[in-house]
Amino acid sequence: MTDSVVLGLELAYWQQSILRVIGVLVAVLLPAGTFVYVFLFKMVSFMQSRLGPMEAGPFGSLQLLAEVGKWLQKEDITPERADRVLFKMAPYLVVGTVLLTYMVVPFGPDLHLAKFDTGIFFALAVSSISSLGVLLAGWASANKYSLIGGLRAAGQLIAYELPMILAVVGVVIQAGTMNMSGIVAAQAGGSIFGVDIIGNPFFITQFVGFVVFMIAVQAELGQTPFDMPIAESELVTGYLTEYSGIRFLLFFIGEFAAAGAFSAIAATLFLGGWAVPSAWVELDNNIFNLLGPIILLTKMMLIGGFIFFIRFTYPRFREDQLQRLAWTVLIPISLANILVTTVLKVAF
Amino acid sequence: MTAVSDRQKLAYVNSQAADGRVNLEFETEEGMTLNLGPQHPATHGTLRIVVKLDGEQVLSCEPVMGYMHRGYEKLTEVRTYPQVTTLINRIDWLGSFANEVPFILAAEKLMEIEAPPRAQWIRTILFELSRIANISLFVGDMALHIGAMTAAFYAFRDREFVLNQIESATGGRFHPNFNRIGGLKDDLPKGWVADTKASLERIRDFCDEMEILVEGNEIFQARTRGIGVIPSEIALQFGLSGANLRASGVDWDLRRDQPVGLVWDKVDWKVITHPDGDSFARFWVRLQEIRESCNIVEQLLDGLPAGPYMAKVPRVIKVPEGEAWVATENPLGEMGYYLVSQGGLGPFRVKIRTASFNNVSVVPWVCRGVYVPDVVTILASLYFILGDIDR
Amino acid sequence: MDAVATDAEREQIVADLRDRLGDALVGFHIRPGDDLWVRVTRDVWQEAGMIARDHLGFRAFEFVSAIDWLPSPFGKGEDSSLDPIPQVAGDIVTGYAGGDTRFQVFARAHSLSQHMGITLKVDLPDDDLSVATWIPVFAGANWHEREAREMFGITFVGHPHPVNIYLPGQFEGHPLRKDFPLLSRHVKPWPGIVDIEPLPGGSSEPSSEEGEA
Repeated sequence: MTDSVVLGLELAYWQQSILRVIGVLVAVLLPAGTFVYVFLFKMVSFMQSRLGPMEAGPFGSLQLLAEVGKWLQKEDITPERADRVLFKMAPYLVVGTVLLTYMVVPFGPDLHLAKFDTGIFFALAVSSISSLGVLLAGWASANKYSLIGGLRAAGQLIAYELPMILAVVGVVIQAGTMNMSGIVAAQAGGSIFGVDIIGNPFFITQFVGFVVFMIAVQAELGQTPFDMPIAESELVTGYLTEYSGIRFLLFFIGEFAAAGAFSAIAATLFLGGWAVPSAWVELDNNIFNLLGPIILLTKMMLIGGFIFFIRFTYPRFREDQLQRLAWTVLIPISLANILVTTVLKVAF
Repeated sequence: MTAVSDRQKLAYVNSQAADGRVNLEFETEEGMTLNLGPQHPATHGTLRIVVKLDGEQVLSCEPVMGYMHRGYEKLTEVRTYPQVTTLINRIDWLGSFANEVPFILAAEKLMEIEAPPRAQWIRTILFELSRIANISLFVGDMALHIGAMTAAFYAFRDREFVLNQIESATGGRFHPNFNRIGGLKDDLPKGWVADTKASLERIRDFCDEMEILVEGNEIFQARTRGIGVIPSEIALQFGLSGANLRASGVDWDLRRDQPVGLVWDKVDWKVITHPDGDSFARFWVRLQEIRESCNIVEQLLDGLPAGPYMAKVPRVIKVPEGEAWVATENPLGEMGYYLVSQGGLGPFRVKIRTASFNNVSVVPWVCRGVYVPDVVTILASLYFILGDIDR
Repeated sequence: MDAVATDAEREQIVADLRDRLGDALVGFHIRPGDDLWVRVTRDVWQEAGMIARDHLGFRAFEFVSAIDWLPSPFGKGEDSSLDPIPQVAGDIVTGYAGGDTRFQVFARAHSLSQHMGITLKVDLPDDDLSVATWIPVFAGANWHEREAREMFGITFVGHPHPVNIYLPGQFEGHPLRKDFPLLSRHVKPWPGIVDIEPLPGGSSEPSSEEGEA
């Protein structure tokens, strides 16, 4: 399964485990923090003709630390009639699943935390657990707004898990593997009708799948136009209503880390992941263990920028409209996409 | 929902104990009761809406007001006429100037004074500017309630330009208290006309921007079209007014149909109506009315007559005996004052007929069988100001 | 467009109403070029509304409210709280279209086609402050009647949901009645009518209420 060689070092299993934990934490918190600062604080502020945070650090770049400090100081309140165990557990469940999602994303030729042959399957399976955390939070809060928010989140999960998986199936058929490193290699070394100058990034050849996947990601993350679980103007803040202090912070981290995780998965599946087209350079170079994460982060920022641009431009769907979109539009389209991909794969 | 019913009952008993002020009939056996408000992002103020739900579907819906009732009708009886305008500025606090005008006009009608032409023109200009300021906020606010946050910031940004003009003319951004019986407190400052024209250009750009960003958006249309349809007959029954009435296809605008002593008839503009009567129609009508208001103000600025801004009035304002009703087409709809004078220094009785009170009274009728998000859409599209409901 | 209704049209409205109501129309008043007031008896209050709506074209609802014609026993509350409350004497003086009793309910509707409004009034006897509800006439009267009910203590017979709309459930008294004191004025005196204080050297009209100068 996993190589015992990391960055050319021979490591014992326990040493690998520590490295993995540190690696995952860095991989989760770094993009999450970047996303919050770049998109939530700055890009949105410029979109809304304001400056955003300017005081903490140069251009407000340390604002996030200030916010974290603020949340850590706040009282951690549990409502009196809440289901205390579930209420306290829910945020950890959400953050934990996001950490697991990152496990299978490759950052370089040898730079991966865990290498599964069924990597993408694992990532999609694990990521859907976070909606359980949301459902728990909604239920355990003993608040009607939270309950409605949690139920909406559950409905959304079921509706959008399916098109997401079906969209990925097209990629898997084309790459011929579910291993995420294999998918990266297939894109870097591929060719479009014999032209291999840019390899075969699947967002071109799997454009329909890419669009469906991105819509499903938007819904899975609960970003506008699919933010009904939170829906500030209707449900106050949905399942987050009763949370404060560190637990709210955990949800917040979970939200943006999940945005990062799905950006990473989308970048890997459709934009070629950590690699550049192998027509340009030899990819089996150790330098890519350093360049890979940077390339991947760049692609993640593209995807993330897209996600947040949509979030702050569009209004919100209604719950039934969301369901209708998933079941009557996205799922048929992605099924047709699979069919066409299969036919073309066999034909060429 | 049955699994939470015990908790619902507990919450209900507790809410009754803590808040015995309202005796509504809750039937918690079926469905679930959700309190939207009194503190809720969608009610911009302290309105409480008790919604009975089956899942997300609304079975019935009952607005509960009074959290901001200030008793202005009683207070007017112990104040003199010039002091009353200070109070009524606070009714619809986003269009304060427009609140003063009908009251002043009613008093002038009983005193048989007419404000000089320049005062009438300036009143009309400021009236329309407060309409622009008020409704441009509505445009952003409705988008915000449907989930598009960015439009709200644009609305706040561009409203500033109009508020600045109101401020530089009257000295107050929100509560100008600028009308006097017989005219105005002051003349316009130097250079005001040119500045106002520049700010109107900003507002026109804002309208274009909103048409692209909000009105043309497919999700916005999906959320508002066919939601909260109010037929014209129902609208008249409940006494809806303003854009809510015109969005139901009733061609009625007090600015055109009931001249009261302002100069709308001197300029060329048209009444906007929409046949659908749904939330989208209400949004669309208001957005178009901003443009029309810009046209009105621009023409009025071009033709602003010279002359005094204050008529000759006695030093002590005593209004002769009589009753008068004056209503004007305020930003929120028809606002009228039924003024009863018995010849004293202050009114004997003032019945304040505000637009929002009637507009919101249709909510229980229109919010049956819709979903929770639609309640928010409908409330936003009816556009109320809490001070205008509670007075 | 003929935007202004003429007095002849208003007289025609009164004549039509008189045809249908007969003696139940007890008074009317037309302010030339302005407005129309009609007073009816309590028995035909609802019917008058129906006739106005269905036959005279007053389809748009404005409001329902009430008025207490009792002269305020507390003056205007400008006096110091240390002084005894002045008992302002005076008889009940009613407004347009007359009136026989202390309480009057009045309602207004307007006609879109004729560009005019009508104010209907009805007297309520002191010992029975009740009148038929206007909800069958205009559904929007619901909240207005709830307000009039709590503010004046008037019962609207047939109202489906007669609970307070603004005031707390246990509130005692009817605030808009003239004999309900505005307590804040008695706790803290109003600092006087500043608008009419005389300018230096000016000869302003003296006012009886002008307290401290």
